[in-house]
Amino acid sequence: MTEPANAILELDGLEVRHGSVAAVRSLDLHLLEGEIVGLIGPNGAGKSTTLHAIMGVLAPRAGQIRLKGRALRAGRPEDVARAGIALVPEGRRIFGDFSVAENLRLGLSARRDGAGESALDAVYELFPILADSRNRQAGALSGGQQQQLAIGRALVASPDVLLLDEPSLGLAPTIVDVVFTALAAIRKRGVSVLLVEQRAQRTVAFADRTYVLANGELRMILTPPDADDTERMIAAYLS
Amino acid sequence: MSVLAVIDAQTLADAVGLGAVYALMAVGIGLVFGVLRLVNFAYGQLVMAGAYTLAFTSTWPVAGSVAACFAVVIALSLLMERAVFRPLRTSSPAVMLVTTFAVAFLLQSVALIVDVRDDTIGEPASSVAPLGQAITLAGVDVRKVTLVAVGVAIVALGLLALLLGRTTIGLQMRAAAADFRTARLLGVRADRVIAFAVVLSGILAGAVAVILTVQNPLVSPDFALKDTIVVLVGVVVGGIDRLWTATLGGFSIGFATGVINGALPTEQTVFLPSAVFALVILVLILRPAGLFARGRGALVERV
Repeated sequence: MTEPANAILELDGLEVRHGSVAAVRSLDLHLLEGEIVGLIGPNGAGKSTTLHAIMGVLAPRAGQIRLKGRALRAGRPEDVARAGIALVPEGRRIFGDFSVAENLRLGLSARRDGAGESALDAVYELFPILADSRNRQAGALSGGQQQQLAIGRALVASPDVLLLDEPSLGLAPTIVDVVFTALAAIRKRGVSVLLVEQRAQRTVAFADRTYVLANGELRMILTPPDADDTERMIAAYLS
Repeated sequence: MSVLAVIDAQTLADAVGLGAVYALMAVGIGLVFGVLRLVNFAYGQLVMAGAYTLAFTSTWPVAGSVAACFAVVIALSLLMERAVFRPLRTSSPAVMLVTTFAVAFLLQSVALIVDVRDDTIGEPASSVAPLGQAITLAGVDVRKVTLVAVGVAIVALGLLALLLGRTTIGLQMRAAAADFRTARLLGVRADRVIAFAVVLSGILAGAVAVILTVQNPLVSPDFALKDTIVVLVGVVVGGIDRLWTATLGGFSIGFATGVINGALPTEQTVFLPSAVFALVILVLILRPAGLFARGRGALVERV
């Protein structure tokens, strides 16, 4: 499959196996600059596996992952992070014993421009709740606040591509709104977003394009108008 | 005479000194455990290598001899990380522990081969001997090395606290110890953080080598072996999951050893290990998560 010339992230025939089980099969996916792309599908469809392969946590059996045209090497997630891809992991994975500011400062680890503390200000602007609680222990924050912290920590790295693994999982509806609003603001800053979600309809309506995965294979690509087409949404999951 | 009466100021001073040395060893072991989840049984052999360096440079000025000791210990730590720990990083904890046993006995054998060239086992280390002299403080004879041990422990732990709490590499080390996988996903470079922890741990082993050599100037291949075992027990008793509890555990077992040693009549000191380990069993029955673990929370966190 030929990719558009301005793709920032490209997956080309990606195949990932968990032992003898093919978790992702010949997946082609691309992400344009400033684009929000959704990735939905039932549990076990291979969504998280795809993100882990991009980060280099899992080694692909076949295929290539390219960032700005350059192939990424598996096995060293820190290099992928430093190349410009940030992951907001499933379950947030914040450091509960550390302060909010320390969690954000850890995001600086991926930066190679030596940016200092001032890089945190943009995050405090985006999530004022974090600015108010910067000296609090992160573990004492509510689930929604922790999710904002996890997204903020990824943004501190100033990534070209932001990967999110089910950021709305377990959050109250009002907090889900906060997360989606933040994603729109993040896109405006020129960051490309790959969003793995369970909230299918909302994701399809929100993203520029949404890939539907099932059993590790690409089933279809949906666009916002499809969100209101109930039959097509059901077909996406049941086909 | 009651047991308590024997525990005088002299005994307490010596016990604090031993506690300080064991605390330093506990930090050295705990730092590497934090980032590698590896209990380095060969830590004592790093100390032993430093002690031999002091012995073989006995004719050098004190500063040169001590510098050589640090250089050898740090180089050996890095070599151990590169040649042994790194290839095993993804292995099971049991494999790693057994491997460090192998490394420990390998180094001990190498030391024996080097040592017996003069047909005797044991090398005297005289360059640092002046530190062994006693001075009198408020009527208590305190060997200078006890003061040095306590001073070095306080300074080293203070600097370490600043380093871990205030610097970027310190923050990254704490993150790696808490959740290495997530730390790497955030761009924390595994090799760099591990190398840093190993070097810090090597610096501490160098300091311990100097202090123990002053206390016991005859260096032999099993130098610091018994101390390492006692410290490892102390680290587990304190709680190895956290650096500070491990350190407190090291200090406590050193202090307890010193006090029991002072309290036991001279002809009964053969019972010292039994007494110390009886105490350890008691602690582990009462607080299985570690003497200084945070109640039940510490157990829940680990699941």
